[in-house]
Amino acid sequence: MNARTEQRIAFSVLFACTLLVVMPVLIILAIIFVKGYSALSLDFLLGMPEDGMNAGGIFPAVLGTLYLVIGAIAFAVPLGVLSAIYLVEYSRDNAISRLIRLAIVNLAGVPSVVYGLFGLGIFVVFLGFGVSILSGSLTLGIMILPVIITASREALESVPRSFRIVSFSLGASRWQTIRHVVLPHALPGILTGTILGLGRAAGETAPILFTVAAFYLPTLPESVFDQTMALPYHLYVISTQVPGIHEEVRFGTALVLLLLVLLLNLAAIILRYQFRKKKKW
Amino acid sequence: MTLRKLREALIERTIFVSGITSIVIVALIFIFLLKEGLSIFLAVNPLDFLFGQFWYPISDPPSFGVLPLIIGSVFVTLGAAAISVPIGVASALYIAEVAPPRTKEILKAGIELLAAIPSVVIGFIGMVTLGPFIKAVFGLPTGLTALTGSITLAFMAMPTIVSIAEDAVTAVPRQYREAAIAMGATKWQTTWRIVAYAARPGMIAAIMLGIGRVIGETMAVMMVTGNAALIPTSFLQPVRTLTATIAAEMGESVQGGEHYAALFAIGIVLFVITFLINGVADLYLHRTTRR
Repeated sequence: MNARTEQRIAFSVLFACTLLVVMPVLIILAIIFVKGYSALSLDFLLGMPEDGMNAGGIFPAVLGTLYLVIGAIAFAVPLGVLSAIYLVEYSRDNAISRLIRLAIVNLAGVPSVVYGLFGLGIFVVFLGFGVSILSGSLTLGIMILPVIITASREALESVPRSFRIVSFSLGASRWQTIRHVVLPHALPGILTGTILGLGRAAGETAPILFTVAAFYLPTLPESVFDQTMALPYHLYVISTQVPGIHEEVRFGTALVLLLLVLLLNLAAIILRYQFRKKKKW
Repeated sequence: MTLRKLREALIERTIFVSGITSIVIVALIFIFLLKEGLSIFLAVNPLDFLFGQFWYPISDPPSFGVLPLIIGSVFVTLGAAAISVPIGVASALYIAEVAPPRTKEILKAGIELLAAIPSVVIGFIGMVTLGPFIKAVFGLPTGLTALTGSITLAFMAMPTIVSIAEDAVTAVPRQYREAAIAMGATKWQTTWRIVAYAARPGMIAAIMLGIGRVIGETMAVMMVTGNAALIPTSFLQPVRTLTATIAAEMGESVQGGEHYAALFAIGIVLFVITFLINGVADLYLHRTTRR
């Protein structure tokens, strides 16, 4: 076999493998869309569950996920951005900064169910927040912290050094430079990271299993110390825990969750793309 | 002027404290897992815990042997790695070296979207499509088996493997390729024998991180593997993993009881495994970037 034929065969194999990786996205989307879209309606999104979750809507789960995601972001974004500022703008390459980097890498790899155990141990039991929106949000917030830190770090690092030097030469302090020169240019990158964090927090189930998620609640939560239903847990419940739920309801719930997460991620991808295209340095 | 200095110092403090939160959180996770989990070793000897063959947490007397769960995790992880590593590395090579720029952007976005699909959705799809398929093909009593879990998890490991391996391939210096082409090598020969070879440390890191993701995956694996806490002898049997056990049983355990502590102890095992995997993978990653 000559080198040309070999190359053609090899590249076809590589291409086939790539298709195998990318196709599932389309297949999963297609299946869920086809079987779920008939369930999709305003009543489904904004209605309360009825008839043992077999009819009606999924509003408590949608609202619960919204609460949890907002809580997680409110906790993780300020902390994550400040943490990235420390790493990029203040720290030198010493033992502490290396230890921080190692910690971030490890946080990113901690299994989501272990975050759930941690949230149960520290927030629910030790701090006495109970099984509540507060405990769940904090647990999710800690889980997405590495996502926010990593994205913010990249965004800060992409701002050229010369910007800082010019600002210092005009007499600005370090914080003034960060606040007025570096952060504005890093903002799109930080925003991208935040949206990715949102998507991740919205879709995770294991961290909320023991910290907040309720199987079924007849009323909506009224304070951060209440339990709530949540979309991903609701999908788990109606597809494994309760027998005989209509296919349409299950696929409809999966579709809402999938659309929510994919749209967030698509927004992040587009934002990042636009930002890269516009960048002038 | 002094006020400004004070303000700066205050801000600097706040930023430093935020900076070290990651370290604090890693430490806290470990401390709380130990705090809640260590008490099981008063009741069960650590060796009996790790190598005990029976996981009957609610029998009387209970038996807390996690070996079936460890073997369940190992089965599913090896199966997923066997599928995702070759496919993942191949597509990383395709995306980095062969695909034209526009296709490359689209493929990368597609992989990012695959990574974004919530695991409970992947588990749901695996349960309603792959499960029945496996059941029919092999004529099994149930389609929820180690094999089903392996295939499902392979797709969840692929985005990690592809994106990190792709970075490693892209980071190989241009001159390597130019030198190979100048010597008369075809593009494929260059890709396979020079570029892939030079990118090895990054690829190893990619594979390890992919495996780390598989070991820690919870919801999807719980929904598609059938959850039988028995030592499996074949890929066509139901298995139960470490992660699924925690997720499935925590709700029915009594806070502070032996079962509760045993589940936290499983958490310790998982935490240590993923800590090691990520630490070593990070070493490999830095080896590539340094060059």
